[in-house]
Amino acid sequence: MNFPQKTREEIKAEREAKKAAKAAAKATKGKNVSKVASSNNNVKNVSPVINSKISEKSVERDVSKESDNKITNTDIKNKPTAVNCDISEKSTKTDAVTVKDSQPTREVSKENTTQSSNIGTQSCTPEGKSKEKIGEKSKAELRAERRAKQEAQRAAKQQQLLAKDNSKTKEPIKPCVETKSECVVKKDVIKNVIKEDPHQLSLFKHLYHERESSRIAVAPINLNIHPAIIRLGVQYESKVIVGSNARCVALLAAVKQVVKDFEKPAQADFVRGLETSLQQSMVYLHHCRPLAVSQQNAMRHLKWQMTRFSSLSDEKAKNKLQGIIDTYISEQIQLAGKAISIKIREKISNGNVILTYGYSSLIHNILVEAHDAGKQFRVIVVDGRPWLEGKEQLRRLTKHGIECSYILINALSFIMPEVSKVFLGAHAILANGAVMSRAGTAQVALIAKAFNVPVLVVCETHKSSERVQTDSIVYNELGDADELVNHQSNDEVKKSLLSNWRTKKSLNLLNITYDVTPADLVTAVVTELAIVPCTSVPVILRIKPSEI
Amino acid sequence: MIDSPPEKINESVLKLINNIHYGDVKGTYNIVLATISVLKEIINNTEWNTAKDLMDSITLNGKYLIEALPLEASIGNMVRRTLQIIREEYILELKNKTEETDPQESLHKILTAENDQQIDFNTSVPSLKSALLEHIVEFETELETCLENITEQASEHIHSNEIIMTIGKSKLVEEFFKKAASTRAFDVIVAEGGPFLNGHEMAVNLAKAKIKTTLISDVAIFAMMSRVNKVIIGTHTVMANGGLRAISGVHTVAQAAKHYSVPVMVLLPLYKLSPLYHSSYKQNGFNKHVSPMQGVIDSANTQLLEKVHAYNPVFDYVPPDLVTLFISNIGGNAPSYIYRLLSELYHPDDYEL
Repeated sequence: MNFPQKTREEIKAEREAKKAAKAAAKATKGKNVSKVASSNNNVKNVSPVINSKISEKSVERDVSKESDNKITNTDIKNKPTAVNCDISEKSTKTDAVTVKDSQPTREVSKENTTQSSNIGTQSCTPEGKSKEKIGEKSKAELRAERRAKQEAQRAAKQQQLLAKDNSKTKEPIKPCVETKSECVVKKDVIKNVIKEDPHQLSLFKHLYHERESSRIAVAPINLNIHPAIIRLGVQYESKVIVGSNARCVALLAAVKQVVKDFEKPAQADFVRGLETSLQQSMVYLHHCRPLAVSQQNAMRHLKWQMTRFSSLSDEKAKNKLQGIIDTYISEQIQLAGKAISIKIREKISNGNVILTYGYSSLIHNILVEAHDAGKQFRVIVVDGRPWLEGKEQLRRLTKHGIECSYILINALSFIMPEVSKVFLGAHAILANGAVMSRAGTAQVALIAKAFNVPVLVVCETHKSSERVQTDSIVYNELGDADELVNHQSNDEVKKSLLSNWRTKKSLNLLNITYDVTPADLVTAVVTELAIVPCTSVPVILRIKPSEI
Repeated sequence: MIDSPPEKINESVLKLINNIHYGDVKGTYNIVLATISVLKEIINNTEWNTAKDLMDSITLNGKYLIEALPLEASIGNMVRRTLQIIREEYILELKNKTEETDPQESLHKILTAENDQQIDFNTSVPSLKSALLEHIVEFETELETCLENITEQASEHIHSNEIIMTIGKSKLVEEFFKKAASTRAFDVIVAEGGPFLNGHEMAVNLAKAKIKTTLISDVAIFAMMSRVNKVIIGTHTVMANGGLRAISGVHTVAQAAKHYSVPVMVLLPLYKLSPLYHSSYKQNGFNKHVSPMQGVIDSANTQLLEKVHAYNPVFDYVPPDLVTLFISNIGGNAPSYIYRLLSELYHPDDYEL
C-alpha cells in the first residue's frame, strides 16, 4: 500500500488547500455552475470537491496527471506549479489517464482538482507553502466558510424538496459537513439508477437504497481517514471480518491506531479534532458495511470518555484513550465472554444435547470451555444457506473432540425432539427484548418453542441497544443476492436455472442478513451480569447507561 | 427388501415396483396412475369367480406393493380405493337383483342399517367385472380432472396484491398460482426448500409466467412471514388426523405462519389422503433419509464427515393444528373434517390391509 507513505505534512497541506478552495468556491460560483450540468447545482457548488467529481471527466483526468507529478516528488511546493496548467481551458483534455489505478492517488487527484479549479479565477490562493496560511486564516475566509455552510444547508433543503417530489428518498439529508453534502449529490445520482432496477422488492426499497448508496460512496474517500480505517472498511465490505464481536474488536484496534497517529490540527483542540476525524472514519465505515450495534456502543463509549479529559495534555489524553480502548476490549468483550461462559456452564448437565445455529465465537468458547471442564454433552450444529457458517463451528468443535451432528435448517423439526437445550448467539439485543441475530435464528427459536425446548441466548451487554424493533424488515442488511445462486451441489441443471436470474424481470432473489427473534420465543438471555428473561433487557440498559 | 416374491404376486406389480425404485415413474400423480392401471390389469386379466376372490388377490398384491414402497402412501390409497369400488359395485349388483335403493345416505339410515360386515362376498355375480371396469375408468377420469378441479378454485383463495409464501416445488401449486395469475396480480415468495433447492426451479417457472416472484433462503422464512398474507403449499401425504407429511422445511413454514396467524392452505388431491396415523416424534417408518452428500455437506469435507453425524431427512411431519384449510378437488375442508372424507373414500375394513 502506498498510501501510508504519503507524508503527514502533505496530508495536512492538502487539508489546508481544501479549506482555501472552499473559500474560493464562493468567488468562483458563477463559473462552477456552468460546469456542473444539473438542475440542482447549488449543492454542488458548495463544496468544490463535488465539482471536481461531477464535472466532466476531462478535468479530473487532466488533473490526475498533475497529481501523478506530485506524488512522485512529494513536495508540496510542487502543487501550485502543477495547478498552473489551468484547467478552465480544457485544452489538456486529451491527456492520458495516467493515474487511476490506486485509490489513494485518486483522492489526491481530487484534492488537486479542488484547488486547481479555483486557481484559475482567484489569484490569492496559495502561492507558497500552504502551511504558512494556517496562521493567517483570515476572518474573510472564515466568513466564506460559514457562508458556504449555509449555502449547503439551503441547498440540502432544496434537495429534500426535490427528493420529496420524487417521493423516493427517506434518508434524512444532513447538511453542514462537506463530505455529507457530497453524499447527497451522489444519492441523487443513485436514485435515478434505482428507479430502473426491477429486481427490488417493494418491501425492501429502503434497504436497497442504503446499500446502493453505500456501494458508490465507498470509492471517494476523504484523505483525512487513516489507512488502518480504510483497510478495515475493505475487510468489512469483503466480509473478511464478520461477527459482532470480531468487528467491534477490529474497529477498536483500528481506532487505537488512529489515536496513536493523530496529530492535533492547529486551530482545534485535541478532543474536538479527534472527534471529527473519528466521525469521518465512521461515516466511511458505515458506507462499507452498516455498523453493528456493538460498534456503535463502543464508539459512544469512547466519545463519552473523551469528553471527560479536556484538561489533559494531548500526549496524556492519547495514552489515556488507548488505555480506555484496551480496557473496553478486555472488560466488555473478553471478560464478559468468560463470565457468560462460567454462568452458562452450570446450565449444561451431563448427557445434554445442545443445539446451536451458525457460528458464534462466544458459543464456540462456551462449548469448548464446558468440554474442557469435563461436561459430557453432544452438540448439534444447525446451518443455513447461503453462508454455511455452521461448518466452521463444526470444524472447530470436532477439533476439540466434541461429539457433533450437523443438519441444515430445514431438518430442524426432525432433530428437535432429541435436543435438551438451544444456545444461540446474538448480533444485538434490543430494548423490547427482541434478539437481533443472524437470519435463521428466529426459526430455530420458533421450532424449539414448538417442541418445548429451552432457548438460551448468549449476549454480552455491550451488544445491547436502545432501539426497538418488532420485525426483521424495518432495519436489516441486504446481502448479495447472487450468493443464493451458487450452491454447493454439483448439479449443473440447477445452477444454470438461476445463473441468469437478472434477465427475468419478475424474478427477485432476496438475501437478508439478520432477523429479529421476538422475546416470547427466548427463554432467557445470558449476559455477564445475570441470566435474565428477555423482557428484562431494559433493566440491563438502565444498569449500564449508554456510556457504559 | 423382500427377497423372493411370492408366486401369487402379479408380474405387473413387480414391474411397477422396479419402475418406481429406479425412478422411471416419478411424482405422486404418475405413481397413482400407474398403480391404478396395474390394479385394473389384475381385475381384467386374472382368474376370479367371486368378489371375495378378487378382493383377496388385490389385497395380497396391494400389501406387497405397500411393503416394497412404504413411503408412497398413495399406492395404498389406490388399493383401498379399488377395494371400496369392488364393494360398492358388488352391493349394487346384488341389490339390483333384489330391490332398488335410494343411493342417498342419511344419518338415520346409517344408524339403522344392518351391519355391512355380514355381507357375503362369495356370491358370484357375472356382471360384476364389466361394472367394475366401468367404474374404474370413471375413477381414472376423476383422477385426471382432479388437479384441474383444484386449480379451478384458485381465484376463490387468492385476491389481488396478496403476498403468498410457498416452499419447494410442487407442480400443483405452480398451476394453482398460474391460474390465479390469469385474473389478478399478486406476489409469491418462494423458500428454496433446501437441501434439494427445488424452490429455484419453482421460482423460475413462476417468473416465466409473469408472476412477481421472490426467492428467499430457508433461513429467511420467519423474517418474511410477517408480511405474508397466505401460505399455500403442496404435500406428499395427508395423514388420517389431518397432519401432513411434506418436504422438510414445511414444519418451519407452518410454525412461522401460526406465529404470525397467517392461514396455511394445503392443496390436496384426494388420492394423497391416507388412512394412516403418525403419532411418534421418533418418525420411525415415517421419514426417509437420503445421503447428506446430497446438498447438506459436500465431499470437500470428508475429514469432517468421519467425525460427525449429518442428517438429511426428506420429510417433515406437520401437525394438523397448523393447517388452516385443505383445498381438495371436491372443495375446501378443515383438517377436522378429514376423518369424514376418509370414511367416504375407503371402507373401514381396508384401513389395515
